[in-house]
Amino acid sequence: MSMLHIVNKSPFERNAMDSCLKHAREGDAILMIEDAAVGAVDGSTIAGDIKAALADKTVYVLGGDLAARGMSEDRIIDGIKVVDYAGFVDLTVENEKTQSWV
Amino acid sequence: MATKKFMYVNRKAPYGTVYALESLEVVLIAAAFEQEVSLAFIDDGVYQIAKGQNTDGIGMKNFSSTYNALGDYEVNKLYVEKESLEERGLTADDLMPIMWEDEDEDWAEKPSVRIVSRAEMADILAEQEVTYSF
Amino acid sequence: MALVVNGAEVATDEEGYLEDLSVWTPEIADAMAKEEDVDLSDEHWDIINFLREYYEEYQIAPAVRVLTKAVGKKLGKDKGNSKYLYSLFPYGPGKQACKYAGLPKPTGCV
Repeated sequence: MSMLHIVNKSPFERNAMDSCLKHAREGDAILMIEDAAVGAVDGSTIAGDIKAALADKTVYVLGGDLAARGMSEDRIIDGIKVVDYAGFVDLTVENEKTQSWV
Repeated sequence: MATKKFMYVNRKAPYGTVYALESLEVVLIAAAFEQEVSLAFIDDGVYQIAKGQNTDGIGMKNFSSTYNALGDYEVNKLYVEKESLEERGLTADDLMPIMWEDEDEDWAEKPSVRIVSRAEMADILAEQEVTYSF
Repeated sequence: MALVVNGAEVATDEEGYLEDLSVWTPEIADAMAKEEDVDLSDEHWDIINFLREYYEEYQIAPAVRVLTKAVGKKLGKDKGNSKYLYSLFPYGPGKQACKYAGLPKPTGCV
């Protein structure tokens, strides 16, 4: 009964990511897209929260959104998986339900 | 026409919303009227001038190179808040080396980006006569 | 509005600017100029080529003031003034030259 959580707001600007991390359950998947992609970069004030989530959840970032904002894949938090649009679609199929944190 | 100190405050990441592009367009229009224009990059606004932006994967126009034209419009004060960079795991090295050419010194290239502390930014914002927020 | 170049229709907007900047060719510039009774000289081409390079680098069409200064720097002071540029492009160096160069109308131009 895993859920895919999709976040599209910057974690530094809105509390959508924070709220998502607090509500997501063990085994769930979290996908960061659009402005949320910047949250994947290591060394930020929210990196600790993402690392904590990685203990029992999988975290993904949409590669195109990361590159658009000038962030290269080699600086993202260890354990976050980069996906493309096809991978995005796969995630919606693999998980029974989807929730968007808009 | 009397010139005024115009400040454009940029606080949003590019592409996810239209704020960054709108701000840049307004800056170019205002600069054509020869006002004293400064830009501030605070919070997620710092991503607007991050180097290496590549929008091939999202099918949107990459407008980051346009910031390099600002010097031609005599817009050469781009203030970036140090704390905003640090909170995002970034440093000054992650920003584009935006330059302007000083006509009075045989077109010598000088950096437009100035990294300032949050306290300095507050002072800079307080000095302005007209402030636009994006 | 459509322009016909070498038998093929080229889409332009109501002011004659190219709808799709990527389809530009020198022949299109010649055809646009001909419609306005202009014969493109080497001097015209210097400006058109300059504008295309500027757009390629910065993704914008420069304002007239910026164009004038940049032309002065690149092609010499005798060409970096509005009198010279208006003699080549009487409808306005920004609007007319950008159109021939296949660029959008300069930002800030109304």
